[in-house]
Amino acid sequence: MRLVTLTGVGLAYGGRQVLSGIDLALDSGHITTLVGPNGSGKTSLSRMVLGLLTPAQGRVERAGGLVTGYMPQKLAIDPTLPLSALRFVTLAGVDRRTALGALARTGASTLADAPVATLSGGEFQRVLLARAIVRKPQLLVLDEPAQGVDIAGQDALYGLVGELRDETGCGVLMVSHDLHLVMAESDSVVCINHHVCCSGTPDAVSAHPEFVALFGELKPVTRKPHVAVYTHHHDHEHELDGAVHVHGPHCAGKH
Amino acid sequence: MLDLFLPPLVAGLAIAAAAGPLGCFLVWRRMAFFGDTLAHGALLGIALGSLANVEPALAILVTCVLLAAGLAWLSRGRDLGNDTLLGVLAHTALAFGVIAVTLVDGLRPSLLAWLFGDLLAVDGSDAAIIAIGAVLALGLLALAWRRLLAATVDDDIARVEGIDTARTRLLLVIALAIVVALSMQVVGLLLVTALLLVPAAAARRHARDPEPMAIIAALIGMVSVAGGMATSWFADVPAGPAIVAVAAVIFFVTRLLPARS
Repeated sequence: MRLVTLTGVGLAYGGRQVLSGIDLALDSGHITTLVGPNGSGKTSLSRMVLGLLTPAQGRVERAGGLVTGYMPQKLAIDPTLPLSALRFVTLAGVDRRTALGALARTGASTLADAPVATLSGGEFQRVLLARAIVRKPQLLVLDEPAQGVDIAGQDALYGLVGELRDETGCGVLMVSHDLHLVMAESDSVVCINHHVCCSGTPDAVSAHPEFVALFGELKPVTRKPHVAVYTHHHDHEHELDGAVHVHGPHCAGKH
Repeated sequence: MLDLFLPPLVAGLAIAAAAGPLGCFLVWRRMAFFGDTLAHGALLGIALGSLANVEPALAILVTCVLLAAGLAWLSRGRDLGNDTLLGVLAHTALAFGVIAVTLVDGLRPSLLAWLFGDLLAVDGSDAAIIAIGAVLALGLLALAWRRLLAATVDDDIARVEGIDTARTRLLLVIALAIVVALSMQVVGLLLVTALLLVPAAAARRHARDPEPMAIIAALIGMVSVAGGMATSWFADVPAGPAIVAVAAVIFFVTRLLPARS
């Protein structure tokens, strides 16, 4: 089912065109990863999908009665506000039982009574994800969810998002500036830099000339089920006898 | 003696019960200055109300809501912080308020009462109005509590969850304006902010969730009102400052006690 459609969307900040001519469609059961360098307009685009920002040009159409869950890039809870993880989740307007269920689903049951100000980065992410899923959203928008978490934490988070998609059939929009690690489960990757550079399956995007021009060559290798790891494009090899072989135009047959 | 003391006590307790939770929002949203702005705006409201022959409480309410709208409009600029804008607004309102008060016949002698309150002069009908207003403010707050809290924690998530955060903020301002307007007689405009902030600040260390903090703040405020009135009676000092002094003593004692969280 089509959840959100963006047609020819553009946005300007203080006379500077941040985004232009964006077409994007988000479907249920479909994981879309949005990648692009810093300042490319990814967050603005996700905010338009969420309805937090109105585009200057173009149209954003959302399915009627669409329930969205949002996990923001960062959230600083003022230390003047005493707030337990459980109360944070019930702020979505659900009862304790439902909130505890969501915390259990994201593996954060033991954190229910902990003050959110004392949680580590990885713990807080699980609580944020619990808040995002507690209203049973049809669309989940995650803005750079893996920021400040190590690879194991990122892997666990991506795995969880993949499972949630499989269980609930919700659509997912994942925003990432980290091109070396994208969700292996992504059904499509959209690469933007003020406009859509290219889009398609992860493999097709990483081979696209515009993507290569922006980020260099990317070879996703599935190391773990949920994270695709960037591998360097080697320009030399260490041979068995210890000599270093530098790849050049004359090394035919060596590869 | 009871019929002399009961109306001021009821009025003071009602205001403190509403000021506690509202003050918590000022603390959480880092808007402590906002209480001052509203209180200074209240003086302008009294003078303008007197000129236009409108009930002071109503005039204060309208002025406070206009000031809040002014703040919302000014803060769209983003090149000045909220603390600066609130300071500018507060002192603008104070300057024009004092000028207006001196221009209005008959207001000048009561200026001191407006500044520090005259709780013991509250009679039965004043107390009834103050109590009804406090219940109204608490009712508004209770109605919007979850939405207001969600918007305070994160405006974006609250909006994604379907909360009209601008309207929720307006509701908070109206509830605050009601309490400030009613507090004028209790503690006066110079101490309104204290009644909002001090109990909330004292409650912070002893609560793990927002709701207990709000309730503790209300209770501390009510104890301060009772203690302040008793002090005022036995030591023959003005009631408004005595209430704030008791609240301040409680605040410093809570800082010495071990925190709960």
